Amino acid sequence: MPRQMAPGVTEGYLKVAPSVARDGDTVTIDAAGIYYRQLNEAIRGAIAEGATRVVLKNVNGQRYIGTGVKAKGVTIEVHGTAGNDMAMFMDGPTIEVFGAAQDGVGNTMNAGKVIVHGDAGDVLGYGMRGGAVYVKGDVGYRVGIHMKAYESLVPIMVCGGNARDFFGEYMAGGILVLLGMNTQFAEQPLVGSFVGAGMHGGVIYLRGQVESWQCGKEVGITEATEEDMAALKPILADYCEAQGMDLAEVLSVPFTKLAPFSHRPYGKMYAPM
Amino acid sequence: MPVSFIQPEFKVKIDYDKCHKCGRCVQQCGWGVYNFNERPIPDDAKCRACHRCVTYCPAHCISIEKNQLAYRDNDNWSPAARKAVWRQAETGGVLLTSMGNPLPYTRIFDHLVLDACQVTNPSIDPLREPMELRTFIGHKPDSVGVESDGEGGFRLAEGEGMKNNLKLDTPILFSPMSYGSVSLNVHKSLAMAAQRLGTFMNTGEGGLHADLYPYQDNVIVQVASGRFGVNPDYLNRGAAIEIKIGQGAKPGIGGHLPGEKINKEVSGTRMIPQGTDAISPAPHHDIYSIEDLRQLIYALKEASGYKPVGVKIAAVHNVAAIASGIVRAGADYVYLDGFKGGTGAAPQVIRDHIGIPIEIAIAAVDQRLRDEGIRNWASVIAAGSIRSSADVAKAIALGADAVAIGSASLMALGCHLCQSCHTGSCSWGITTQKPELTRRIDPEWGAEQLTNLVHAWSHELQEILGALGVNAVESLRGSRERLRSIGLDEQMNKVLGVKPAGM
Repeated sequence: MPRQMAPGVTEGYLKVAPSVARDGDTVTIDAAGIYYRQLNEAIRGAIAEGATRVVLKNVNGQRYIGTGVKAKGVTIEVHGTAGNDMAMFMDGPTIEVFGAAQDGVGNTMNAGKVIVHGDAGDVLGYGMRGGAVYVKGDVGYRVGIHMKAYESLVPIMVCGGNARDFFGEYMAGGILVLLGMNTQFAEQPLVGSFVGAGMHGGVIYLRGQVESWQCGKEVGITEATEEDMAALKPILADYCEAQGMDLAEVLSVPFTKLAPFSHRPYGKMYAPM
Repeated sequence: MPVSFIQPEFKVKIDYDKCHKCGRCVQQCGWGVYNFNERPIPDDAKCRACHRCVTYCPAHCISIEKNQLAYRDNDNWSPAARKAVWRQAETGGVLLTSMGNPLPYTRIFDHLVLDACQVTNPSIDPLREPMELRTFIGHKPDSVGVESDGEGGFRLAEGEGMKNNLKLDTPILFSPMSYGSVSLNVHKSLAMAAQRLGTFMNTGEGGLHADLYPYQDNVIVQVASGRFGVNPDYLNRGAAIEIKIGQGAKPGIGGHLPGEKINKEVSGTRMIPQGTDAISPAPHHDIYSIEDLRQLIYALKEASGYKPVGVKIAAVHNVAAIASGIVRAGADYVYLDGFKGGTGAAPQVIRDHIGIPIEIAIAAVDQRLRDEGIRNWASVIAAGSIRSSADVAKAIALGADAVAIGSASLMALGCHLCQSCHTGSCSWGITTQKPELTRRIDPEWGAEQLTNLVHAWSHELQEILGALGVNAVESLRGSRERLRSIGLDEQMNKVLGVKPAGM
């Protein structure tokens, strides 16, 4: 067998530095055909040199945009389709995607904000510890899985469309909201099955109804109270502003609240020897 | 109705003629065995045979004996099997235990012997001649470019050679044990020892406490499915990053640190609220395929400035193919954990019946990577009951680049293998978060114990290499010709790639 270098997803992408244009605090990078590694080097380089607004043109599936970036007061604009694991481990910046995003947005994210003006894929906000992810449209499977909170860090995710199975599975903290408004699948249920399965912290709000068979056995289903809505309203107001939506319309339908029965769902499962 | 069908496993015997009535046993026992009423009175049922009281009794008047209660002979229904049924009938629970698999499976290391030089090809005396144990963990290039040095010799060309490898002064690392499952003083002991030994400790999945920052160049940081304490700062502090997929003691299942062990410090290090269970799901929910694993490996590299990223898996039936996938996904090392590896808590049925021995996994993985021509792409670290320097040498001869020790390192700190880590009341102060117990380990003392152990094993390894007539551990690596088996069948010899003694 001939020896080869580790195969990479390089087909169609060029491993060269992208063209970068600076205008004051704004840096514009043309991502057309550029491999993710060189693109992300350019993004990190621009931020290290003091850019506060990084505009990415012609993004077409490049991975890891904003991944591991720790910075304050920085905005990254993505024009095109963001690739997998955007904003993974991100700590501070704001990313705004004018298009759709793929899987893993906000994976293990610490702080910052991601606004997607389109749909997004699977496993959004896995293990997310802080910050906010606002998706305008539909989202895929395992969204908000194992979100958690710690002290002042409370992660927030709002999805404007429908979601598939395992929404909020293993959730340990934070606030996860599903609106079912901007969806391509209006004839389908708002959310799939196994909602909040294994949930032991945090809260899920759904605009509309959910059947108990759709939910994990660890969650209690109630109608959101006035108190709940008072807490939720500023989040929805922020979301509506980011997505250009009407808050009154969002609030015109009653919300369902899902919260875990126990913070220790498996505490009594074991017999110590 | 009886309180329980299960009778005490041990008898605590006190020779009251010798007893000073000092009460030290009462103080030392983490399990609450002793009451004091003019003299210590033991409750046998609570004893776990950890020997803390025995060790600290100034009069040497305590002994722990097996409860010799007779059971009607039955080879099929051992007393342990009967007790398990009774316990589950009482509780309805999954039996929870800790440390490594204690069942009498064949110990393959004990059926392998090493070679030595006699008459021809003389052996080497490591006391007087250099004996290299230095080991590099990481990707090695397929070829090496050299250029003329202008003086008739050659040197490495610009940009050639190894990049981003971990340098170990001895091929022994400390295996991952999380802060939460073990105490902070244990973590400090391991980190200080790793720095002194020129090797690495591994955070496990519980995050990196700020007290370990001074030792971060000798720390591998782990990313497991719970993602506890993982943020850019954490990833950038570690010398390398390890993705934990599985553990030898509990392949295929997740972790679960009970709320009682999540105190303020553990909570801060893991970045989760106090008192809630820390649940690590069985799979990483962003890894459902080798392609997904590659995606995470490169996410970690992107987030850390391209540090080495390793992948830890439990040794299971299909380990060779899985390891090949991991190497092709871009991992810098594959960490194989055999089924006798320890744990801070695992369901007994999983610990005792799932996975394969590390010896077989090393041989199968090494062979597969060689056959595919990718052995140099990644290093192999082997763990899962490495008990001595002989095991280290045999593991390396079978094909491992280095080994990791967990149970042995805890034993250096006082662990007596009482298999009670999951109770959180470890009398030796190792697997507990109770302050009155954790202060029993002084990190300075702990680091010295660990340093002594690894130094001793390293010296023994040098003696073994000398006997083999080689002067570097590199020459033993994957050299199965230097091993022979005793009492293994033909099929097993074939799997291990080892000849029987006499051939």
